[in-house]
Amino acid sequence: MPKLNLKREPMPKQEPKVRRRNFNEVALGYDFKQAQAEANRCLQCPKRPCIKGCPVGINIPGFIKALTEGNMLEAARILKDKNSLPAICGRVCPQETQCEAVCVLAKPGAPVAIGRLERYVADWQREKANSSSAPTPLAPTGKRVAVVGSGPAGLAAAADLAKMGHKVTLFEALHVGGGVLVYGIPEFRLPKDIVQAEIDYVTSLGVELQLDSVIGKIDTVDELLTNGYNAVFLGTGAGLPVLLNIPGENLGGVYSANEFLTRVNLMKAYLFPEYDTPLRLGKRVAVIGGGNVAMDSARCAIRFGAQEVYVVYRRSKEEMPARQEEVENAEEEGIQFKFLTSPKQFLGNAQNWVIGMECYEMELGEPDESGRRRPIVKPRSEFILDVDVVIIALGTTPNPLIAATTKGLETTRWGTVTANETTGKTVKPKVWAGGDIVTGTATVISAMGAGKRAAASIDTYLKGLH
Amino acid sequence: MYKILFKQDLVPNVHLFKIEAPKVAKKAQAGQFVVIRVDEKGERIPLTIADWKQEEGSITIVFMEVGTTTHRLALLQAGDSLLNFVGPLGLPTHIEHFGTVVCVAGGFAVATIMPIARALKEKGNKVIAMLGARNKDLIFWEDQLRSVSDQLIVTTNDGSYARKGLVTEPLKELLESDERIDRVIAIGPSLMMKFCAKTTEPFGVKTIVSLNPIMVEGTGMCGCCRVSIGGVTKFACMDGPEFDGYQVDWDLLLARQRIYLEEEKISFEQWQSQHGISLDDV
Ligand SMILES: Cc1cc2nc3c(=O)[nH]c(=O)nc-3n(C[C@H](O)[C@H](O)[C@H](O)COP(=O)(O)OP(=O)(O)OC[C@H]3O[C@@H](n4cnc5c(N)ncnc54)[C@H](O)[C@@H]3O)c2cc1C
Ligand SMILES: Cc1cc2nc3c(=O)[nH]c(=O)nc-3n(C[C@H](O)[C@H](O)[C@H](O)COP(=O)(O)OP(=O)(O)OC[C@H]3O[C@@H](n4cnc5c(N)ncnc54)[C@H](O)[C@@H]3O)c2cc1C
Ligand code: SF4
Ligand code: SF4
Ligand code: FES
Repeated sequence: MPKLNLKREPMPKQEPKVRRRNFNEVALGYDFKQAQAEANRCLQCPKRPCIKGCPVGINIPGFIKALTEGNMLEAARILKDKNSLPAICGRVCPQETQCEAVCVLAKPGAPVAIGRLERYVADWQREKANSSSAPTPLAPTGKRVAVVGSGPAGLAAAADLAKMGHKVTLFEALHVGGGVLVYGIPEFRLPKDIVQAEIDYVTSLGVELQLDSVIGKIDTVDELLTNGYNAVFLGTGAGLPVLLNIPGENLGGVYSANEFLTRVNLMKAYLFPEYDTPLRLGKRVAVIGGGNVAMDSARCAIRFGAQEVYVVYRRSKEEMPARQEEVENAEEEGIQFKFLTSPKQFLGNAQNWVIGMECYEMELGEPDESGRRRPIVKPRSEFILDVDVVIIALGTTPNPLIAATTKGLETTRWGTVTANETTGKTVKPKVWAGGDIVTGTATVISAMGAGKRAAASIDTYLKGLH
Repeated sequence: MYKILFKQDLVPNVHLFKIEAPKVAKKAQAGQFVVIRVDEKGERIPLTIADWKQEEGSITIVFMEVGTTTHRLALLQAGDSLLNFVGPLGLPTHIEHFGTVVCVAGGFAVATIMPIARALKEKGNKVIAMLGARNKDLIFWEDQLRSVSDQLIVTTNDGSYARKGLVTEPLKELLESDERIDRVIAIGPSLMMKFCAKTTEPFGVKTIVSLNPIMVEGTGMCGCCRVSIGGVTKFACMDGPEFDGYQVDWDLLLARQRIYLEEEKISFEQWQSQHGISLDDV
C-alpha cells in the first residue's frame, strides 16, 4: 500500500497578467516528472471507484499504472479504448463532478488529477508517437451510415462505425468540423490544432467529411435514407441561442454568446484585420449567465482588451454550473462577478448602441425543480450598470431545422429529440440521435459517450440486415 | 472548393458568377440565399440565389462591390474557386396563385427578383415588374425581367433612362388605379423597401420584403441577423429573409446594418493598400 500523498501536483499555467491579453493556452500541461509524481499518488484501489465517475468508463487506474511504469503506448491504448478524444476531455471535462469527485482521495480534499494525466498521455501520443497508430478498420461491411453534425457526438459515432467496417459520411453545416469544440470553446482552453488532429484521426479511418452541408437544406434525413444510407445518426447539438426577451435586447453591442464566440473562435476576429471578420468590443462588458459559456465569453472579452468585465449571475457562487477550475482562472484574470443580479432591460444611445443595463438585485428562496434555491426579485432594487457591450450566455436549445424537416421524429417541449438512453435509438426507424440534441447542453464526454453507444446499437442493427 | 464556371460583368460594379455546387442546385428555390467564403481568412457573406440549373449543378449569384469581400470576389475569374459555399439557406418565397402581383426591384436586386417573378408567372399570376436604378448605366437584365412579367416599368433617379424618379411613384399610381393588386414584393436597399412598404400601407396590400441584416453563419445559430417583426425577434437567416413589410422595425434594421462601419473601413483600407488600389479607383 503506497503512502497517502495529499499534495496534488499543481498545473503549470501562464501568469494571469500575461495570459489575460493573449489567446494562447492557459494551462501548459505537466512535464514528465510532474506527471510521474501525480500518477504515483493513485492508490490503485481494488474497487476502482473512479471508473464509475467517468461517463464512458475509462480504466483509470489502468492507464495511470501504465503511466507510472513508463509504458506510454499502453497508457494511450487504454484511454483510446473508451475515449476517442482524450486530449480534449483531459482539458475540458468537469472532472470535479465526474471521475475526480469519486476518487477515494477526494474526501481528504486531493483527488488524483485524472484529467491532467489523461491530457499528458494524449499529448504525448499526439506529439511523440508515430501517428500511424490508427487501427485498421474491420473488413468493409458494405453498409453506409450518415452521421449528421461533427461535434463530439458525431465524431465519436463516426469513428466507431468506421472501425466496425461501415462506410461513414459525416455531414457538417459549418466550414470546419468539431462543433462547439471549434466555434464555442476558445483557443486558450482548447487549442484548435488539437481538435483538428482528432478530426484528421477520424478521417484517417476512412470517414468522409462533407463540410458546408446543412442537412434539411440539402438532403433531408428521409432523403439520406432513400439515397442509399442504411442508418442515420443525428449529432447536431443544441446550437440555437436562448435570448432574454427584455427591452433593448436587439441594440447594437448586445451579442448572443454564440455570435460573440463564433466571431472570436471560428472566424478568428482576434486576428482582425488579418482575418476579415470584425468584432466590436467596448470598455465595459457584461456577460449574463453562470456556466462555461459565460466564463468563456468573459475571458475572451478580457483578452480582446476590455477594461472591466462583469459576469452577471442571478444566483450565488455556489450554484454556478461552470467548471470550478475555469471560474478560478476567470477570477485570477480579473473578471468581476456580480452575483444575485438579473437584467431588467438594456438602455441604448441615439445610435441604438447599448450604454447601460438596468438590473434587479435578487435573493434566494425555496429550492426549485433543479434542487437549487430559486432566485427572486427584490422589490425596488433596480440599479444601472454602465456597460457598452453585453453578451447573453443563458444557454442554447436544439436548432429546429432537423425536427421540422424529418417526418416521425419525436421532440420534447424543449425542442430536444427523444432517444433511448442506452441505445440512442429514436422512435423513427433507422434513425439514432445523441449528444446535446437529445440532452440539451451537457458535456463533451457525455456527447461522446452517446455517440459511442449509438454506434454500437447501429452496428447491431446493420449486422441484422442482409 | 467551388469552381466558378462562368463570370460576367453586368454593369461596372455588379458581377455575375455561375458556380459549380450541385448539392445546392438540387434544392434551390426562389428567395433563398447562399453563404460564401473566399478563402481561409475571409468573412462569411450571404448572397441571394439568382438562378440555378439542376442538370448543370450550377448556382448563379449576382453581387455588387461594396466592401472587402465583394471587391475580392470581383477579382476572381472563371476557373477560380471559392473555399466555401453553403445553401440553399433561408425559407423560399411563398409562391401561389395570388392574382396580380407587383415585383419591385431596386438596383441590382433585379437578380433577386428574377426567380421570384418567374415562379409567380409559372403559377399563373399576372406579374407587374418595376425596376428602379440610380441611372441608365446601372440597369441590367431588363429584357429578362420583361420576359417573365406582363408589364415592366423602369425608373431612373436622374432620368437618364425611361421614367425619371423613384419606383415608389409608379407603385403608388398603380395602387391608385383601377387595377386590383393582390400582393407586392419589394426587394432592394433597406430604405427603398421601407418606402415601398410605406407607400402600399395605406392601400392595405400585403407587401413582402427581403431583409439583408449582417449575418455570420446563416443557419440560425448566432442570432447576429436578428430583426424585429411586429415586436417579436426573428432570425432573418432562418425565419426569413422575407417578412411582412408593415411589421418590420426598419430603424433597428438600419442601425444593426451599421454596426461594423468602422471595422469595414479598416478592413477595406488594408485590402486596398495590399492591392495597390486607391479609393479613387474603385
Ligand atoms: C462555450 C461553450 C463552452 C463549453 N465548455 C465545456 C467544457 O468546458 N466542458 C464540457 O464538457 N462541455 C462544455 N461545453 C458543452 C459541450 O461543448 C457540448 O455539450 C458538446 O459539444 C455537445 O456535443 P454535440 O456533438 O452533441 O454537439 P455540438 O458540439 O454542438 O456539434 C453539433 C454539430 O452539428 C452541426 N450541425 C447542426 N445542425 C446541422 C445540420 N442540420 N446539418 C449538418 N450539421 C449540423 C453543427 O454545426 C455542429 O458542428 C461547452 C459548450 C459551449 C457552447
Ligand atoms: C439574405 C441576404 C442576401 C443578400 N444577397 C445579396 C446579393 O444577391 N448580392 C449582393 O451584392 N449582396 C447581397 N447581400 C448583401 C451582401 O451580403 C453584403 O453586401 C456583403 O456582405 C458585403 O460584404 P463586404 O465585405 O464586401 O462589405 P463590408 O464592407 O463588409 O460591408 C458593406 C455593407 O454590407 C453589409 N454587410 C457586411 N457584412 C455582412 C454580412 N456578413 N452579412 C450581411 N451583410 C453584411 C454591411 O451592413 C455594410 O453595409 C445579401 C445580404 C443578405 C443578408
Ligand atoms: S473522460 Fe473525463 S470523466 Fe472520464 S476519466 Fe477522462 S477526464 Fe475523467
Ligand atoms: S479512486 Fe483515485 S486513487 Fe483510487 S484508483 Fe481511482 S484514481 Fe486511483
Ligand atoms: S446569421 Fe447567425 S443566426 Fe442568422
